[in-house]
Amino acid sequence: MNWVLRHKNYFLAGSTAILILSAVGIATFGFKLGIDFTSGSLWQIKIPNADSAQVREVFSRDLGVGEVGVSYDASNQSYSLALKEISDTDRGNYLQVLKQRFGEGVESQDFSTISPVISEELKRKAIWAIGLVMLGISLYVAFAFRKVSRPVSSWKYGVITLITLVHDVIIPAGIFALLGKLIGATADTNFVVALLFVMGFSVHDTIVVFDRVRENLILFRDKMKIGEIIDKSVMQTLHRSINTSLTVALVLLAIYFFGPTGTKLFVLTILIGIIAGTYSSILVGSPLLALWGRRGKN
Amino acid sequence: MKSRQTSQLIFVTIVFVTVLAALFVSPKPLGDKVLPWRLGLDLIGGSSVVYLVDLTGIPEGERDEAVNGLKDVIEKRVNLFGVAEPKVVIAKKGGSYQLLVDLAGVKDVQGAINQIGATPILDFREEIKENDKVDYHQTELTGRYLTKATLGFDSLNRPLVNFEFNEQGTELFRQITARNVGKPLAIFVDNSLLSDPVVQQEIKGPAQITFGTNTSQDQVLKEAKTLVERFNAGALSAPIKQVNQRTVSPTTAEDALRKIIIAGLAGALVVILFMIAYYRRMGIFASLALVIYTFLTLALFKLIPNFTMTLAGIAGFILSIGMAVDANILIFERTREELKKGMTKAAAIEEGFRRAWPSIRDSNVSTIITTIILYYLTSSFVKGFALTLGLGVLTSMFSAIFVTRTMLRLFTKNES
Repeated sequence: MNWVLRHKNYFLAGSTAILILSAVGIATFGFKLGIDFTSGSLWQIKIPNADSAQVREVFSRDLGVGEVGVSYDASNQSYSLALKEISDTDRGNYLQVLKQRFGEGVESQDFSTISPVISEELKRKAIWAIGLVMLGISLYVAFAFRKVSRPVSSWKYGVITLITLVHDVIIPAGIFALLGKLIGATADTNFVVALLFVMGFSVHDTIVVFDRVRENLILFRDKMKIGEIIDKSVMQTLHRSINTSLTVALVLLAIYFFGPTGTKLFVLTILIGIIAGTYSSILVGSPLLALWGRRGKN
Repeated sequence: MKSRQTSQLIFVTIVFVTVLAALFVSPKPLGDKVLPWRLGLDLIGGSSVVYLVDLTGIPEGERDEAVNGLKDVIEKRVNLFGVAEPKVVIAKKGGSYQLLVDLAGVKDVQGAINQIGATPILDFREEIKENDKVDYHQTELTGRYLTKATLGFDSLNRPLVNFEFNEQGTELFRQITARNVGKPLAIFVDNSLLSDPVVQQEIKGPAQITFGTNTSQDQVLKEAKTLVERFNAGALSAPIKQVNQRTVSPTTAEDALRKIIIAGLAGALVVILFMIAYYRRMGIFASLALVIYTFLTLALFKLIPNFTMTLAGIAGFILSIGMAVDANILIFERTREELKKGMTKAAAIEEGFRRAWPSIRDSNVSTIITTIILYYLTSSFVKGFALTLGLGVLTSMFSAIFVTRTMLRLFTKNES
């Protein structure tokens, strides 16, 4: 009995430590923003028999293109080149040069160009989307729990959900910042969408636990202490919290291992977020509710 | 007994509809004949280009019309290039307009983009002389009123271009020539002065533009010919600027399509294995419901008018497969609890469905909120993800509750 709540200080301290670490990671490494936010061109191109240094050299020396961000995907010998904005005609010319240098095996796979007009708009929309999703979900949770305001007022469920949301998003974001440093992962629209999906989904677990708290509160309000009720609820819903996340994790792993290269980072971000989300709904949200609920009572 | 018969009827109907849906969504042997899947450029290759329309000089009230004209012209241009179904969409953002041109399945993307870029911008301007400086004042007459351009020769055998306008354009041209008799009227192509003949009289018909004679006759003839060809493919009423482009090679796209389908199948299979291993008999019903869900949802996507399946869309749908069984997990866990309390199997299942409903509803609503916001606040590619995920979650509530419950009702009573 009372296992979760007895150890709540450890869980909360552990989570806080990971959160601080992630936040420090984001602050030190920062995000390497994708072209959808900075404008420019992203060119995925298959170049057999070449290495990054050679490719970089061709662009900076032979073609006179300044900064080139190069990342390599070994599984299909393709390079992702981040360039300043180039036109489709430029691309055709560059392709010819690359073919002359590295042979006819060179193949243009995926090319996208985004001008500052669009990237500014995408950036603004991404920020709006993040804010609106956070607000929307918290308001909904507060609304869904409006009928059970004794002894924990319903807006507190909303606020705690918001705290767990921040937790579930900062952790994958921190790891992503680290990946940006290590393998040049760029934070683009997909990254933002992954984080938003994590927000929407990680709330599932939190709601399942809170829903049981809501039900048990009505049943045991007068017989048990709030801490015990919360602990009972967490234990009762443990299997389903883990299983619902597990099935989504399974399909994510399938996409990660079998899916196209372009989806890997997106899927990985969601996976990390979902793990953080399951953890937080059981071991962060509930202890917070107990702490806050008890204080409210006194 | 009556409710049992109802369950039987419902179950048979669901199975029948699912078989129809399965035939409808599979490309072979039937689906493509009825209605082929429309795939995005990241799954079949091709290009999508976004243009920003420069509307300076066009009055506020006429902008919608001008952009529509522009859209028609670009569609005509792209059609000439042999795109099966070009998709040109107008996006109005605040005061500015964007044109989204989708060239999925085009082999020679660069050629097609050059074609659009080569569309000439035509407009007529009045000359206003102030001191010694000539100022050109834009009139309402632009390329959007142009219906046809032909090559001709004047009495001195100099090449000229005949511009024919539609009714509105002819009237505009009449008004402009009427107020400029004796004055030159400048014709601008791509913002540079082509010619500024002096208007002799009010003209109630096509415009004829004679070229200057300062270059050689052959050169002039060639220029006139090119111009006529360009104009006949459509003249733009306003300049456009390319602001966004994505081009995917067909091989990469095919590879992505194959991989994401394999990933989807693998994902669904693992989920099914997990459900059966963990929930045994009830897991089998949940898995059947999942298969039904998959076909019904895919059929639903296909039925949406103009729906284009993209890589992000398929990814969203696969995620929804992982989430679709969540409702069943919540229900089964609850049923197990009720069983432990000593309820009969049938009663425990009913109670499981009843008690699990609030958390199923509340948790799915949060995902739906997210997808709605994503749908309205993102670009076309993410929109696909938001749409399939959001609709998937909605349909999954139906399948996990209605379909699974029907099956459990039908097959549990046999035992007890």
